[in-house]
Amino acid sequence: MKQVILAAHFPGVNNQTVWSDPASGSQIDFASFTHLARTAERGRFDFFFLADGQRLREQRGRIHDLDVVGRPDSLTVLSGLAAVTTHLGLAATVNATFNEPYDLARRIATLDHLSGGRAGWNVVTSSDAFTGENFRRGGYLDHSQRYERAEEFVRTTRELWDSWAAEDLVADPVTGTFATREAGAFAHRGTHFDIGGRFTVPRSPQRHPLTIQAGDSDGGREFAAATADAIFSRHGRPAEGQAFYRDIAARVAAHGRAPGSLKILPGATFALGDTDAEAQEHADHIRRQQVSPQTAILLLEQLWNRDLSAYDPEGPLPEIDPDVSEDRSIIKGRAGMYRDRLKTAAEWRALAEQKRLGIRDLIIEVTGRQSFIGSPARVAEEINESVQSDAADGFILVPHLTPTGLDEFVDKVVPLLQERGVFRTEYGTTTLRGHLGLENNG
Amino acid sequence: MSAAHLHLAVALDGAGWHPAAWRDPAAAPKDLFTAAYWAALVAEAEHGLLDFVTIEDSLGPQTTHLDGPDGRTDQVRGRFDAVLVASRVAPLTRRIGLVPTAVVTHTEPFHLASAVSTLDYVSAGRAGWRVQVSGRRTEAAHFGRRDIPELRPEHIGAAEPPPVFRELFDEAADAVEVVRRLWDSWEDDAEIRDVATGRFIDRDRLHYIDFEGAHFSVRGPSIVPRPPQGQPLVTALAHSRLPYEFAARSADVVYVTPHDAEQARAVVAEVRGLGAETLKIFADLVVFVGEDARNRRARLDELDGAAYTSDASIFTGTPGELADLLLDWRRAGLDGFRLRPAVLPTDLSAITRGLVPELQRRDAFRRAYRASTLRGHLGLLRPASRYVGSRR
Ligand SMILES: Cc1cc2nc3c(=O)[nH]c(=O)nc-3n(C[C@H](O)[C@H](O)[C@H](O)COP(=O)(O)O)c2cc1C
Repeated sequence: MKQVILAAHFPGVNNQTVWSDPASGSQIDFASFTHLARTAERGRFDFFFLADGQRLREQRGRIHDLDVVGRPDSLTVLSGLAAVTTHLGLAATVNATFNEPYDLARRIATLDHLSGGRAGWNVVTSSDAFTGENFRRGGYLDHSQRYERAEEFVRTTRELWDSWAAEDLVADPVTGTFATREAGAFAHRGTHFDIGGRFTVPRSPQRHPLTIQAGDSDGGREFAAATADAIFSRHGRPAEGQAFYRDIAARVAAHGRAPGSLKILPGATFALGDTDAEAQEHADHIRRQQVSPQTAILLLEQLWNRDLSAYDPEGPLPEIDPDVSEDRSIIKGRAGMYRDRLKTAAEWRALAEQKRLGIRDLIIEVTGRQSFIGSPARVAEEINESVQSDAADGFILVPHLTPTGLDEFVDKVVPLLQERGVFRTEYGTTTLRGHLGLENNG
Repeated sequence: MSAAHLHLAVALDGAGWHPAAWRDPAAAPKDLFTAAYWAALVAEAEHGLLDFVTIEDSLGPQTTHLDGPDGRTDQVRGRFDAVLVASRVAPLTRRIGLVPTAVVTHTEPFHLASAVSTLDYVSAGRAGWRVQVSGRRTEAAHFGRRDIPELRPEHIGAAEPPPVFRELFDEAADAVEVVRRLWDSWEDDAEIRDVATGRFIDRDRLHYIDFEGAHFSVRGPSIVPRPPQGQPLVTALAHSRLPYEFAARSADVVYVTPHDAEQARAVVAEVRGLGAETLKIFADLVVFVGEDARNRRARLDELDGAAYTSDASIFTGTPGELADLLLDWRRAGLDGFRLRPAVLPTDLSAITRGLVPELQRRDAFRRAYRASTLRGHLGLLRPASRYVGSRR
């Protein structure tokens, strides 16, 4: 039987986090990060995961104010978490567009040393010129070039990580050799990077910290199949997940890589209850908090690409069609989610009609992602079933509460997965690659 | 805290500042690339009630040359990202300030602002930053985005350095300005969690910084809410006019390198003359401390094949002698010292267990931490955001 992989997503900047709940704590204090990470480690999770964004989102020209806003620098906070955990993998989302390989490779290799081999990097390509306004080079890369750069970026960081052989660090006071003459020497000449010199971080425990990829286009999937160790995917529901899984498996094979060398981890939420009915009630309550009337209009605007502030959130969908002009986007700082706005709008209209839904209820329905809802037994069974049927290799769980949102899952669902023999009861390894059953490149 | 109290920091670097320190019997050269090594050093510094530790860094390996690798295999080469080291030790300590070095020349001020803010959160208000300019052509080649002319010995301390160096310091000043604006870009009470209106933040208390400079422009606001100290401590090392000007304009603390009390007086006068009334001035000293200090130094010099020299003055002697020297130099108007232990952990524990009690006996150093933040240790108030009351 396949073993289930589990990661814990720190609930961040979006409407997943129910900040209005009285049990909701700080989104920024280190104590919140510590609590969630320690809970995940108590549950023997594979890793802790942080998303990223380098510019505050705007809609209709104003900073978003309904959802959680504000987050720490990922690698810095993970380095702090390395001090308060011992086995848990620590994965940061860092974009390859507004960083440079030398600096980022140093930071990730440093985290790998400081955590004893637990570092992971979710390579994202980040959005656009809007984000670029915070950076030296602006945002001139178009979509396809972003992946070209990302691919060369990952290749370059691995060259840097390889620039110290294991034997290069000698540190022998008797012979007086600290490091070999060749230690850290590198030269990379490519389209995006033409760099050379000496890298400062000796080979780290994993040698190549885990790389995760999160884009969903053809370019993104190819990039993942060629280079990544794991994918953070959007396709968690059984049928959709299996189709995605097959697509990736074929691409992985085409790149000459071993089956199973790229783990597929959809994001998923969950809602528990003593009975399935109670859990469903709980889930409905969470969704209504996540999608307030104001949020419903905002989310609708993201598809319609129009100012819909005059519409009644409980009323019907707009009669007018979405604005499909390419060069004007009502929302800034968020990757495009809708490829064909007119088609999606038609689907939403049909669904609203069929189920007699107003705007808010429709949005609740269409923006939900894979969610495990039920008694702990049902949730454990569904997770296991998804993994055994190759809809996924495991899940990146997004709790709706910070920082206690994982407590119940760890107390009630994890033991059931362990009973089924599909989830570890103790860590068998100390590195993130080890947890995922991937070869340690060290 | 008595007004007579000195401020004391230590500068941590590799196995210590002497290039052969890693070969000293007390050194643990295999441990340099472990978290435990750094955690133990910082815990020792905190045991000594020091104001803060700095952690050295650079975007290229250590070298005895001004620019470029020297091919030596007998000295420590390689280092970690210092901000991450500081963050790794932060949860294991409670009071001591943590001041990593971070280079501004090839990095993004937006990223630096986030990283130091985050360190301030992880350490609950103990973060600082030593701003470092990279003038090395070889380090520029690690990024491949700009050309910097080779740094030559005659450029050091020259009355009129090559224009590129003025440019690098101007750029550094811009970077610090951006970072400081980003730290202020969220007012303290921007997070409102107003359930009635459904708003998590009051966006009128978030501000675009709209910085436009010669090397970059940054729009803002920060992605990190305003850090616990409001403005984490900004520090810089300076040896001559150009960096003094930079420090006077940008830093809260400057480390200077006089070689005697007379020079200290002159440096203090020069820096103060630049209009830096509130800037704290620390003198850097490399220290070999203890009864056997002289022997240790001689032994290491022999191992290294040369007499050790430094930009800073090198002290060799007992804790009592070091206390005498610090109290003497302080009369030049210095606020404190940043001591660079020649050998770790030997000279660090000689500071915390020898020098500190000696200074305490003379009522010249604190007997307990009075504050919990780094600004607090230095008697600096927490500033309000510059944007309070302005619209966006
Ligand atoms: C599940 C998922 C999570 C993502 N998380 C982030 C993130 O945290 N930060 C970010 O800048 N981009 C994130 N992205 C955006 C991708 O990196 C990429 O820029 C975007 O999906 C566009 O590429 P695509 O057309 O290949 O999907 C994420 C994408 C997916 C599918």
